[in-house]
Amino acid sequence: MKEISFQDIVQTVKRLCMEANYFLGEDVVQALQKAREQEISPLGREILDQILENAAIARQEEVPICQDTGLTVVFAEVGQDVHIVGGAFEDAVNEGVRQGYTEGYLRKSMVYPPFGARKNTRDNTPAVIHVRLVPGDQLKLIVLPKGGGSENMSFLSMMPPAAGRQGIVDFVVASVEKAGANPCPPIIVGVGIGGSADKAMALAKHALLRPVGEHHPEPEVADLERELLERINRTGIGPQGLGGRTTALAVHVETHPCHLASMPVAVNIQCHAARHKEAIL
Amino acid sequence: MEKTGIRLTTPLTLEQITPLRAGDKVLINGIIYVARDAAHKRMVEALERGEPLPFDPAGQVVYYMGPSPAKPGRPIGSAGPTTSYRMDAYAPRLMAAGIKGMIGKGERAPEVIEAMKRYQCVYFAATGGAGALISRSIVAARVIAYEDLGPEAIQELTVVDFPAIVINDIYGGDAYVAEREKYRKLLQKV
Repeated sequence: MKEISFQDIVQTVKRLCMEANYFLGEDVVQALQKAREQEISPLGREILDQILENAAIARQEEVPICQDTGLTVVFAEVGQDVHIVGGAFEDAVNEGVRQGYTEGYLRKSMVYPPFGARKNTRDNTPAVIHVRLVPGDQLKLIVLPKGGGSENMSFLSMMPPAAGRQGIVDFVVASVEKAGANPCPPIIVGVGIGGSADKAMALAKHALLRPVGEHHPEPEVADLERELLERINRTGIGPQGLGGRTTALAVHVETHPCHLASMPVAVNIQCHAARHKEAIL
Repeated sequence: MEKTGIRLTTPLTLEQITPLRAGDKVLINGIIYVARDAAHKRMVEALERGEPLPFDPAGQVVYYMGPSPAKPGRPIGSAGPTTSYRMDAYAPRLMAAGIKGMIGKGERAPEVIEAMKRYQCVYFAATGGAGALISRSIVAARVIAYEDLGPEAIQELTVVDFPAIVINDIYGGDAYVAEREKYRKLLQKV
């Protein structure tokens, strides 16, 4: 049994909130640079240059990559031999968010209630927390600040199994076409296939954590990712929706077994400011 | 990176607006007003009650944006555009009040594009997710109304060569539709 203190969780979440918002991952930067080389639209190239310059400024000056510093999504993988002491786990995560967003000059974007008065909670809490209990005595924390513009472009289809692979491809491409310029392309497309309605969307969100462009270990799923990326990058949407080849940097698919009557397909889109940082306690 | 484009100075006049075409790059100078979801709702409610807006809308440009907090010594934090369609329900009313330009990102509803033709108002896009870079074009910022809305308060910004692209001109031209179609055709052929 390993003890992890409330304060350690607070400090870690605080640091991850700030780092995720200032420092764009090297995998994303490299994907953007590669896209810049392959982009056929002059305006598209110019936009990709702006995006890369923006990431460099944010890193150097430790300011947010994007003013929408997101709804804070926290994935926690809690070892079953971990004992958290000094307070409740969710309170620790939210205290970390509160301190990170306040001291890190990050925007507070959470309102409550979700309809009606919609008053700003003033400290970006509460986070959306996904906890998985896993073997071992470690606590892994992943912070993913998710912008509202791209999150609004989320789609779910409870497809009949007869729709098959082609049905999935058509639905995902149509979702990206519908989203158009709204989610700030070039995007990363998270796709969840299988499970239930809620499980499929959780898979789609979790798929965004994978290093950009790394394929699913199963060849059949990796092939689907390649075909989806190819199709999406022929839509012409391009950087910022202003035309070109680079509509998506990557498509990440995660799967789960599902009921014999179902084939849930969820799409969760990530803007080019694909921010997430993690730590292990 | 060197910035290029047609220089515009606010408040916008018809002489400045009429030559603009969808796809043109512009550099905006002068005062612009920041307002997004909640501020739009309040402004339109004020107009319905017959009350004035917090600023004189004649010829002005509204920027759909909610900045991150300014670090000490800076006029503003990161300051890129937010998605515009959420303001579609309010935009025609503000155009009727005199607004001549809107800055955001993403497609507008057909009725908003129609209103732009009717009221001679232009819709510009700035690069979404480039808020740190864009903030360098903003030299001053101050909250002028609805302070209780926090990041959604109305701010008056002073901008110098703020880079944007004309998406919808006053003739119904649409850069998103035109450019996407152009590259779709090109990419389907390959």
